[in-house]
Amino acid sequence: MNAISGAYEWLATGANWQGERGVWHRLAEHLYFSGVCLLISCLIALPLALWLGHLGKGGALAVNLSNVGRAIPTLAVLVLLTLTPLGRYGDVPTLIALVLFAVPPLLTNAYVGMREVDRSVVEAARGMGMSGWQLFARVELPLAYPMVMVGIRSAAVQVVATATLAAMAGEGGLGRIITAGFSLQNTPQVVAGAFLVAVLALLVEGLLALAARLFDPMRGRPGAAR
Amino acid sequence: MSARDCLTTNEWICGEYVTSRSQELVDATLQHIAITAAAVAIGVAVALPLALLARRWRALAGPVLGITTVLYSVPSLAMFSLLLPLFGLSAALVVTGLVLYSLTILVRNILIGLRSVPEEVREAARGMGYGPLRRLWEVELPLALPALLAGVRITTVATVALTTVGAIVGHGGLGTLILDGLDTSFKAQVLTASVLCVLLALAADAALLLVQRLLTPWTRPSRAGRSARASRAPRPAVEKAAEAV
Repeated sequence: MNAISGAYEWLATGANWQGERGVWHRLAEHLYFSGVCLLISCLIALPLALWLGHLGKGGALAVNLSNVGRAIPTLAVLVLLTLTPLGRYGDVPTLIALVLFAVPPLLTNAYVGMREVDRSVVEAARGMGMSGWQLFARVELPLAYPMVMVGIRSAAVQVVATATLAAMAGEGGLGRIITAGFSLQNTPQVVAGAFLVAVLALLVEGLLALAARLFDPMRGRPGAAR
Repeated sequence: MSARDCLTTNEWICGEYVTSRSQELVDATLQHIAITAAAVAIGVAVALPLALLARRWRALAGPVLGITTVLYSVPSLAMFSLLLPLFGLSAALVVTGLVLYSLTILVRNILIGLRSVPEEVREAARGMGYGPLRRLWEVELPLALPALLAGVRITTVATVALTTVGAIVGHGGLGTLILDGLDTSFKAQVLTASVLCVLLALAADAALLLVQRLLTPWTRPSRAGRSARASRAPRPAVEKAAEAV
């Protein structure tokens, strides 16, 4: 497999890591962009999903949104947005696309998590005289937490993947190493870039899984989350 | 505004484009359908034995589900790029990548379906002298069918969308038109191909829903996944499978 050894050589060459088109700069672009978009998506989707889940309304919307999200090709959205007048503002099309695809998993999982809280527990909390807000903060949210975190993990993986695709529409990030490799017909560079992207995606998922476990409000109590 | 104009003025919606390039559109759509169908068919053929193995030896279930989940986390552009040394710029590369993605949901759903077969039903079949193969074919698989078909629906819709990324190696069906349209800023081509791609996903979903109803008339009409959820299987599995996009 000379492509593998070629990719290894590409990665071992210091020059490929330096400068405007180097790995470090592309990685910084990728992480910064993904992070900002994930934050925006959480700010939009989580309050809405938790509120709807608390009220028990809008379930069909929350679940169907995910199904619709799956049917829409990310690449098409990126290219369409790039060709609109928005394309003149550099990063804006990518930003919109990233947020658009991160919202459905966040919304669906958080909503489902809220609705899955044992009804008898909710009734008991109400019987103890908890207000709606107390019920949400002390009962529903801690119990829905695992599902909310699953949503954040799927959204993060989705965002990293979409940011990679943005390179096909001419944006920066790690995907650019891959697309540049294709246009140069440089297979080692393509494989090296793909390896970096794959490792990044798995790292993000792994770290978030770890964080979810560390910050679980039910940690160390009986009935803690799986 | 004559129809001729919309090509020169580069409008988003252009009847002239559709009529003048109809052959190109049909070819791209057919390629898109072929790649998707091949990927889903091979995906089912690979996922079924994997699910059976995972059920037979419980120790295998964890690793099988773990590996397929890891595969799902790899961004599509990276997945196709990593397969490049093995396949070169070919449709086989795109199909292989899509098969690897489809395994996550398919294996999970087939396992859920198989596990939803009540123990007493399997006992009864055994008592009637059914061998393991006949039991699988005549009892377990039919009962697992609703969950399997739900998985096939989810996978097919996702595969239609993912096929577009195959444009990076020149085998992305409608995706190839979308990417070419970007290079030439050809708005009508990008929009038409994108809309066709979404319509294709919706049509595939509707067609599979029909198949599902015909093959499993005993299940009440329900949303994909509910049939699997009705079993006592841990519910998040379906949701999670459905989630990972």
